[in-house]
Amino acid sequence: MGIEFIYPEFEVIRNKSRCISCRVCERQCANEVHSCDEKLKIMKCDDSKCVNCQRCVSFCPTKALKIVKSDCTLRENANWPAQTVKEIYKQANSGGVLLSSMGNPKPLPVYWDKILINASQVTNPSIDPLREPMETRVFLGKKPSKVQRSKEGKLNCTLPPQLELSMPVMFSAMSYGSISYNAHKSLALAAAELGILYNTGEGGLHEDFYCYGENTVVQVASGRFGVHADYLQAGAAIEIKIGQGAKPGIGGHLPGEKIVGDISRTRMIPEGSDAISPAPHHDIYSIEDLRQLVFSLKEATEYKKPVIVKVAAVHNIAAIASGIARSGADIIAIDGFRGGTGAAPTRIRDHVGIPIELALAAVDQRLRDEGIRSNVSLVVGGSIRSAADVIKAIALGADACYVATAALLALGCHLCRTCQSGKCNWGIATQRPELVKRLNPAMGSERLIHLMTAWKHEIKEFMGGMGINSIEALRGNRLMLRGIGLTEKELEILGISHAGE
Amino acid sequence: MQIIDAADLDYRAVNEALREAESDFIIEGCCGQRFIAAGISGKNLTINGIPGNALGAYLNNANITVNANAQDAVGDTMNEGKILIHGNIGDAAGYAMRGGKIYVQGSAGYRAGIHMKAYKEKIPVMIIGGCAGSFLGEYQAGGVIIVLGLHKDGRRIVGNFPCTGMHGGKMFLRGSCEDIHFPKQVTAKCAAADELEEIREYLSEYCLDFGYSMDELLSEPFTIITPDSKNPYKQMYVAN
Amino acid sequence: MKIEGQVRIPSGCAISAVISKDGNKMSGEMIINSMKPMHDRSNGLGGGFAGYGIYPEYKDFYAFHMFFDSRDTRKECEAFLKERFEIIQSEIIPTRKIPEVTDEPIIWRYFAAPLKSVLASLQLEEKEFVAKTVMKINAEMPGVYVFSSGKNMGAFKAVGFPEDVGVFYKLEEYEGYSWTAHGRYPTNTPGWWGGAHPFTLLDYSVVHNGEISSYDANRRFIEMFGYKCTLRTDTEVITYIMDYLLRVQGLTLGEAASVIAAPFWSTIAAKTDLEDQKKHTYLRTMFPSLLITGPFSIVLGFEGGLMALNDRLKLRSMVVGEKDDKVFIASEEAAIRIIEPNAENIWSPAGGEPVIVKVKEGAF
Repeated sequence: MGIEFIYPEFEVIRNKSRCISCRVCERQCANEVHSCDEKLKIMKCDDSKCVNCQRCVSFCPTKALKIVKSDCTLRENANWPAQTVKEIYKQANSGGVLLSSMGNPKPLPVYWDKILINASQVTNPSIDPLREPMETRVFLGKKPSKVQRSKEGKLNCTLPPQLELSMPVMFSAMSYGSISYNAHKSLALAAAELGILYNTGEGGLHEDFYCYGENTVVQVASGRFGVHADYLQAGAAIEIKIGQGAKPGIGGHLPGEKIVGDISRTRMIPEGSDAISPAPHHDIYSIEDLRQLVFSLKEATEYKKPVIVKVAAVHNIAAIASGIARSGADIIAIDGFRGGTGAAPTRIRDHVGIPIELALAAVDQRLRDEGIRSNVSLVVGGSIRSAADVIKAIALGADACYVATAALLALGCHLCRTCQSGKCNWGIATQRPELVKRLNPAMGSERLIHLMTAWKHEIKEFMGGMGINSIEALRGNRLMLRGIGLTEKELEILGISHAGE
Repeated sequence: MQIIDAADLDYRAVNEALREAESDFIIEGCCGQRFIAAGISGKNLTINGIPGNALGAYLNNANITVNANAQDAVGDTMNEGKILIHGNIGDAAGYAMRGGKIYVQGSAGYRAGIHMKAYKEKIPVMIIGGCAGSFLGEYQAGGVIIVLGLHKDGRRIVGNFPCTGMHGGKMFLRGSCEDIHFPKQVTAKCAAADELEEIREYLSEYCLDFGYSMDELLSEPFTIITPDSKNPYKQMYVAN
Repeated sequence: MKIEGQVRIPSGCAISAVISKDGNKMSGEMIINSMKPMHDRSNGLGGGFAGYGIYPEYKDFYAFHMFFDSRDTRKECEAFLKERFEIIQSEIIPTRKIPEVTDEPIIWRYFAAPLKSVLASLQLEEKEFVAKTVMKINAEMPGVYVFSSGKNMGAFKAVGFPEDVGVFYKLEEYEGYSWTAHGRYPTNTPGWWGGAHPFTLLDYSVVHNGEISSYDANRRFIEMFGYKCTLRTDTEVITYIMDYLLRVQGLTLGEAASVIAAPFWSTIAAKTDLEDQKKHTYLRTMFPSLLITGPFSIVLGFEGGLMALNDRLKLRSMVVGEKDDKVFIASEEAAIRIIEPNAENIWSPAGGEPVIVKVKEGAF
């Protein structure tokens, strides 16, 4: 104690009249917040270790626990909020770069919430989605610019490789290592059942999951962990990860303590070694090098798999996307600045990049202005939170959305934002066997299927309301959107009118 | 032996011909075609002419001999097999190599062996006969990189910033390396007999491939560089 | 208030069309009459017609029908045209003054052929050049609007009820082997002369009933290829889509119909003809942004034929009938019966099923 002391952020409140000292909370908490005084037969807790993951709250059989934000405050100061002051203390104590998890929590504009969706009234009919056909299937991939015919005039029906999705949503990249075996298995099972895809992230693919290959996007990142010919062949598509919304321009770094057992084997690095994925691919220093990596992957897989290039939404994203669209990529994935992560420097996470809504609108328009929108499909992520966000993204011009945080929430994540500790009580962002087994893949996948099925219903309801019965008729259909409370400039970038216009 | 005349073929056609080809064949008239033998296994090929970038990318298990120089990204992410270059190679050779061998008679460009990996007994090996450019073995996480410094012509055996971010594997540089500046997180010392023994098998194979004698190679001492920590950046962060 | 083009005006409508498979000429009076029973499907804010085979004496020249807001803009535009075209005839389109049609702009027509030297220097195919010129004028010259640009055909349109518009343009004086007609029901503004149907580009003309839900998805896609949707109407975008699919991509009419009114995936999956299944899968995957959803029935006019098509859910009415050499298509059977009481084989095509009628080879 002393100058280094920082008052705990959360307090554990125990209703003594309800607590039966069953010690469930103690067993459930990997952070060792709870303990039992054997002599007095009462439960004690160390608030300083609490990350507010709600595991003990959820599992307390008598509802005796709640976690509240501490009311021990510093003197109010609008210029120096308590969080900022505490961060300075942490850095003064340690000399370390602040490290956080999950997406940007700052109160920056969420444009999804300032966009409203249309519905038909009188002049054309809405459609009843429960009883009439309503199509959410999408194909992602390059569409050739010209129809080809044989000499006899027969249409040549071959297309570049396409990904077929039953709905315009995929689970985005989370590596095996940053999340657990059971979390990966839940995602794989759900993707297969739903007819969508999940994404290996950059940690390779565990051999047990090769059987879900048709529902898998295999990722190739700068560290090339677990990348080899069989891995590339295993997936339905290959994603080159250039950047990530939570940390544009910054690489990944899975600490050595998570490189254990199967993770070490899957990544092909020795146990206990850090897995370092630096920011750049060291064979891509320029856009023409990207073309080289794209085509080396296509050659290795005989042009049978679409190649996705994933980038973070940054200031010049429209020009970047244009470059990617001309590099041979089949799909561009753009990750907005609110995207999640297993660990990122706090400052980078909170201050670098731009919102996905603006990036998407700018990219879609730019590709159309250049006449190359059909060269690529667009997938967007970086905090797609609901079916409404999906609809808005599609109408702004996306072909499909990447969803990760919402999927983790379905698996039990309570957004405590301490993934970097490796002590995830919900068995997701951890490699400790006793924690991993808390996540049952059968149950996890069922919850993911529930979530996506519910979204699909909601997507159909929205579409029906607009009189649209096929998702492709919504793509880029910006007339279906109106802004609310947005400036002229914001509306101009989004390419939509204000409500009432 | 089957011959593929690459003179009028683009890389896609070369690779298609190559996949169709018998197990042993020669590519003649190669000139800059990229991605040759990407991801293939079970073939022995000889290339006459200059192969383009990313030769043997994701190579699964094949033997490639090049009777000339090769360009950038030789053996990018290769898994198994052997690439033998009777000449020099460009930048980023053996990027994220997981297994197999890249033996080069001449020199290598920048960032050779970057991200080289290893798992248990699967250890990739890269031997550069001449000199290596800057950032040799950057982020090396496993495997063995050997630079022999033959026909140096007065140049340093490696350029600047070797072993940046190295946190696994081993590097052997022939010579005392007193003029080389290594980063803090690695230790460079004169290789002991038992350490040299680990690479003897590779060196003798290399001698056989290129016609050198072991005596000649071992006439100078080797410097061995190993990382001090598997977790070089652990202390850098504070949880927030 | 914003005028059409600055704002999108959805509208409902009536359509009618007739064609002689033998290429026999019919006076425009017939199609005017056809529109009369469907009076209530329009609201007097737009009516129009397209006739094919009406300019036999100028059949090798593009007939530009144009609106001008003043004499000066006409002079300016004429100068522009003369740099690019040989104009062999230039005249006012004859109209008659009637109380039902007022506020007319200057309505002019030119018969012209692109200058060979200009085509050579721009390295453009003739039709592409004409289409580009039309786009340029409509997008960039305020006060000028080209509303017809095909050979041996012409569109005639105005703000008014269609039967009045027909009288206004003296259509009884024209004879064509096929005619299409349209009555408009725009929902929230007075409408504008240019916004009436048919909408045309080159010899393609489209009349359309319904408000599509995919409009902006379609528009933003098609604008990648040099088309400029200056009016922001469904019909305009459908016309450009048809031009793109038929002329630029070289699809057949049937294939183009399979793109814009693509069958549901489940329908495609259930096809037993595997070739057909493959074709539909290909077309839908190739042109996803050209799928048109929401209600529509359209009649596409082109040199030597007509194609009628309903949306894939068939949310709009459309009937087809025949008599002797003639085929009739209309929003309502009444529109057919009034001009051919003995029409036979009256039927309603299924959603997404194109009805293609062509004039016999060499008959037009």
